[in-house]
Amino acid sequence: MRARLYAFAMGLLFAVGLVVSGMTNPDNIKGFLDLFGQWRPQLLGVLGAAVIVTSALYAFARRKPASLPARSLHWPEATQMDRPLIVGSILFGAGWALSGYCPGPALVNLGALHMDALVFVAAMWGGSWLNRKTGGT
Amino acid sequence: MVNSMWVAAIAGGVLIGLASGGLMLLTGRIAGISGMFHRVIEGQRDTWRIDFLAGLVVAGFVMVIAFPAASSTIAITPKHLGSMALAGLLVGYGTRMANGCTSGHGVCGLARFSTRSLAAVVTFLLSGVVVTFALRAIGGAS
Repeated sequence: MRARLYAFAMGLLFAVGLVVSGMTNPDNIKGFLDLFGQWRPQLLGVLGAAVIVTSALYAFARRKPASLPARSLHWPEATQMDRPLIVGSILFGAGWALSGYCPGPALVNLGALHMDALVFVAAMWGGSWLNRKTGGT
Repeated sequence: MVNSMWVAAIAGGVLIGLASGGLMLLTGRIAGISGMFHRVIEGQRDTWRIDFLAGLVVAGFVMVIAFPAASSTIAITPKHLGSMALAGLLVGYGTRMANGCTSGHGVCGLARFSTRSLAAVVTFLLSGVVVTFALRAIGGAS
C-alpha cells in the first residue's frame, strides 16, 4: 500500500514540475524546437536541472540501496543502438513537434480536461496498439 | 520576463528530477512515462505504473479546479484536432518502438549516462527541429 502511495505522490510531483516549468504549454515546446525562428531555449534549463537532480538521487540509490524504501532497484538493461531506437525516436520527434506534446504533459492536460489532449492521448493509444500489432519494431 | 521564465524552467526541472529520482528511491523504478502508458494499456497488472500515471492525471485535474484561469485558451478547430490525432499516433507508435520518450530516455536515461538514451534524445530533438522547420516552410504550423 505504501509503495502505491509513493508512486502516486511521485506522479503528482512530476506533474507539478511539468506545470511550473511551462512544459504543459505546447507553445513552449514548439518554441524550443523552432530553432530557426523565435527560439525559446528554456527547455534546456528544465531538462538540465531534471537530469542533474535525478542523477544525484540515482547515485545515492546505487551507493546505499539497503537504506531505501525500494526493495529492489530495476535498472534498464538494454544498451543496443539499433534501428527501432532511431526510427522510433524520429517518429516520436515528429509527433512531438507537430503537437507540442510528449506523453507526460499530454496526460496532465488530459486531467485538466483539455480537448486536444484527449484526442492526442486516444491517438497515442492507437499508435501504441498499431506498433504492437506490427511486431513492435 | 525572460529571467522569470528561466527561474520557472529550473525550478520545474528540479521538481521533475526529485520525482524521477524519488521514484527510484521509493519504488525502485525508472520514471519512463511512455513505457508506463504502453504497459498499462497492454494490461500489465503492476500497480506502480497505474499509480504514477494516475498522479499525473489527478494533478492536472486538481490544478484546473484550483486555478481555472490557467485552463486552455487554445481554439479547438477540426484542423487542430486532426494534427493532434496524427501527432498522437506518431508519439504512441514511436515511443513504443524506441522504448522511451522525453522522460525515460531524456531525464532518466541521461541521468544514468546511457549512450542508448543519448542517441534517442539527439534523434528526437533533431527530428523535432527538422519537422518544425518543414511545417513552417509549408505554412502548416498550427
